[in-house]
Amino acid sequence: MSVVEANLDHDIHAHDEHEHHEELNFWRKYIFSEDHKVIAKQYMITGIFWAIIGAAMSIIFRLQLGFPGANLSWLKPILGKWITDTGALDPNFYLALVTMHGTIMVFFVLTAGLSGTFSNFLIPLQVGARDMASGFLNMISFWLFFISGLLMFVSIFLETGPAAGGWVIYPPLSALPKAHMGSEMGMTLWLASMAIFIMSSLLGSLNYITTVINLRTRGMTFTRLPLTIWAFLITAVLGVISFPVLLSAALLLIFDRHFGTSFYLSEIYIDGEALPNVGGSPILFQHLFWFLGHPEVYIVLLPALGITSEIIATNSRKPIFGYRAMIASIMAIAFLAFIVWAHHMFVTGMNPFLGSIFMFLTLIIAVPSAVKAFNYITTLWRGNIVFTPAMLFSIGLVSLFVSGGLTGIILGNSALDIQLHDTYFVVAHFHIVMGAASAFGFFAGIYHWYPKMFGRMLNNTQGQIHFWLTFAGVYLVFMPMHYVGIAGFPRRYYQFTGFDFTKSFTDLNMFISIAAIFTFFAQFVFLWNFFYSMFKGKVAPPNPWKSNTLEWTTPVNVGHGNWPGEIPAVYRWPYDYSKPGSEVDFIPQNIPHSQTPESNFPHENEYIAQEKEIEAQNYNDQFAAH
Amino acid sequence: MVYLVGILLVVLLGVAIAIAAKLQKVMKGVQPDNQDDMPVPNNKVNGALWIVFLVLGTIGVAASYWSAKDYFLPEASSPHGRETDSQFWFDMSLLTIAFFAVNFLLFFFSWRYQYKKGYKATFYPENHKLELIWTAVPAVIMAVLVFLGFRTWTQIMADAPADSQVIEIMGKQFGWIVRYGGVQDNKLGNYNYKLISSDNEMGIDYSDEASMDDFINPSEMHVEVGKPVLLKIRARDVLHSVYIPHMRVKMDAVPGMPTKFWFIPDKSTAQMRAELNNPNFDYEIACTEVCGRGHFAMKLRLIVEDKAAVDAWKQQQKPQLSLILESNPKFISKIPEKLRAKAMDYAPYVEEAADSTTAASGSAAATSASLR
Repeated sequence: MSVVEANLDHDIHAHDEHEHHEELNFWRKYIFSEDHKVIAKQYMITGIFWAIIGAAMSIIFRLQLGFPGANLSWLKPILGKWITDTGALDPNFYLALVTMHGTIMVFFVLTAGLSGTFSNFLIPLQVGARDMASGFLNMISFWLFFISGLLMFVSIFLETGPAAGGWVIYPPLSALPKAHMGSEMGMTLWLASMAIFIMSSLLGSLNYITTVINLRTRGMTFTRLPLTIWAFLITAVLGVISFPVLLSAALLLIFDRHFGTSFYLSEIYIDGEALPNVGGSPILFQHLFWFLGHPEVYIVLLPALGITSEIIATNSRKPIFGYRAMIASIMAIAFLAFIVWAHHMFVTGMNPFLGSIFMFLTLIIAVPSAVKAFNYITTLWRGNIVFTPAMLFSIGLVSLFVSGGLTGIILGNSALDIQLHDTYFVVAHFHIVMGAASAFGFFAGIYHWYPKMFGRMLNNTQGQIHFWLTFAGVYLVFMPMHYVGIAGFPRRYYQFTGFDFTKSFTDLNMFISIAAIFTFFAQFVFLWNFFYSMFKGKVAPPNPWKSNTLEWTTPVNVGHGNWPGEIPAVYRWPYDYSKPGSEVDFIPQNIPHSQTPESNFPHENEYIAQEKEIEAQNYNDQFAAH
Repeated sequence: MVYLVGILLVVLLGVAIAIAAKLQKVMKGVQPDNQDDMPVPNNKVNGALWIVFLVLGTIGVAASYWSAKDYFLPEASSPHGRETDSQFWFDMSLLTIAFFAVNFLLFFFSWRYQYKKGYKATFYPENHKLELIWTAVPAVIMAVLVFLGFRTWTQIMADAPADSQVIEIMGKQFGWIVRYGGVQDNKLGNYNYKLISSDNEMGIDYSDEASMDDFINPSEMHVEVGKPVLLKIRARDVLHSVYIPHMRVKMDAVPGMPTKFWFIPDKSTAQMRAELNNPNFDYEIACTEVCGRGHFAMKLRLIVEDKAAVDAWKQQQKPQLSLILESNPKFISKIPEKLRAKAMDYAPYVEEAADSTTAASGSAAATSASLR
């Protein structure tokens, strides 16, 4: 191994950087920064920006669904020609909104925003590293994400509108510009944007994996890693394996669109013309897409579950129940995530026998998921719970994870999926379990680590108000959607007036829309708190939540390199809360067992002998000069 | 009712939060902010709010269900649909129990074990027996559900019975076209997408003898009650999905890859009208795979009636070949020579009388007349 070489390299860099440390100009410090903490904030701000756009889009189409025929002329200043002269929303643009809402929320907010923010911010801080393995790649990763977002943003303003075939962009619709306005330039930009996004995601994930494996501090064994890091690590592995498959799907689609190939096209007659393409299969695209698409659900959700594990343990003042079971269930979920993709395709005409196999594999996922839910609940049991906003959002996440996950057991059943596929039942299911739950993870993370990010506290009361409004709002929006789905209403319908079986539930749809608008505006409580506290918030203490993990051993305003002196060594797991015999209710990871004889379990006294060994270890301090 | 409950929920929450905020201010005035005593403000209020949420949520879910269930689809009109429906509600009742149980524990523990000064949480990092139990119990339940689902799924996806009524349905932007095998041979002929034109919307291949009497219809599908129906599904341009909500039928229509779905419609339209007390009731076929601008309006009527009525309707339908030859007599030249004589059977009477060179004109005229 080239550890020595790498160290030499680092020495030189470290030396360089040390000399120029104070001289970093504004651009290098805040814009093209290689510091993981700044990059995390860049991801976070960009993610919040996209979240506002994505949510606002959903409000516009909810207006259409809840108040069909309402005069929307007042939106003309924003939407221009997409509002007709009679004040109706253009059906093409309705589909564009639905598509963009999905794309933005799944990829830009919950993948980049959530994983990008917290993997970047927490991995070096919690494993005890100066920075990511490669700060440069990390910077490139963010700016690729930024460019991909820019392309998507531009596509919204095209004459023909952005991509509009649903976020799953199934060909042939997405492959044939003649078939659909949204399949023209908008689709080209979507594919370009997504290709760049995938590169960004891959660079990010490789960096996360490398950092977790190589840059853990002395004593930070894998069984002493906080569950956040476990979740980020597995998420990154999922991304590295599955995103390239989406890239290949997108590339083949680009070929079909521009170079006359027939990967997904066969026997098509459109616009008065029979196309020459034969032999392709639209189903192939769906297989490739969902091979990413399903792990993507967990790419979005696992970081949120990791964050939740950490926050629930801290604020229950109890160790997380079943630490190893939690790791095992993350791994089981991640493994199963790769072999269930075709449950999105039960009624595509796929071989029914495959359907049975995928139903079996899908329902197995319920087992590790149930283990996680029960472990969270047992962690709360006989705790001493402090309702910080982060804690509230974490408990809320568990509730949503369970409520939304349960309906997955129905949808994963191929026989029952026949009726429910592509109805609002599906919409309700994945918005609760993946959308809202992950968004709650995002909020929980921000509330919990804001003091570390900005050195100031968020207003707790406002955070609590934000939680209760959002929690109630999410249930009010998505619970009734199950009923709409059971009544058979198909998704992605511009309006429900065309069919007799969708004539009912006009009131309920209105109710959902009102609840959605309410929930949307509740988020401004957060936005206000977030930006106000950045400048005017109370100055944070070093460890406001009395937490055990390493990031709280850094100074309030964390500098470049994270720890001013040596990186602390780690002697214990991160969940020694309320340990019997101990006077304080938390023992941080960097406290050796030799200092806590009163609370050591018998087997832990044996660890005392290892402390010298840990301290003497050579570790990967990127800044250390030997 | 459901809205009332919903609005009530929001209002109550709003009030609770307002009280929480007020309380915080009052508390602040009474005693100095002590980090050690109360790590965050409003801990008690938030603890209580879990119970409020639990109670209001339970009422809300129950009430909204009772008021919404009247608008669910009526009992399925196909045996497999009733099977999946009962399984759905069986699963759903299990899941509802789990839903309430887990959320109850979550919210109740949150309230019960909220921060108390001087209390120390129980250090309880693991219990293998417990883990084993809640791995095994869901696994067993899942196994049962998988078994039930697998059985039903296999039955639904099995090959259609031999006596099925075979109907082809093709999706296009934006509508459905159905094709029947015709009254003479009751057999669907070949098709080829390259033959599609404004005359021949489904690309029926007239070099296949079986195609001659095939008729198509862009607005209605008639099927015989109580007899299996096999839908042969295809798409002309992009993906579509055949969705018959009352029959619990759904299957994608894929360009280049024909799919199929069979079911037994065992309640006629008239029976449903009587049962639902709605004289305007109609079975509908919709599209559930996004296909462009008109996706939300791809409607086809499905009429389920007795054999006599279906046969009468079929008799009224003109074979597509007749319609084509009526508007474009030259089309006959596109038909292979050896089949032309047979094709002329479908040509309109007037044309045929003029064309005295056709050998079998006498019998053809008779057939053609009987068709009208």
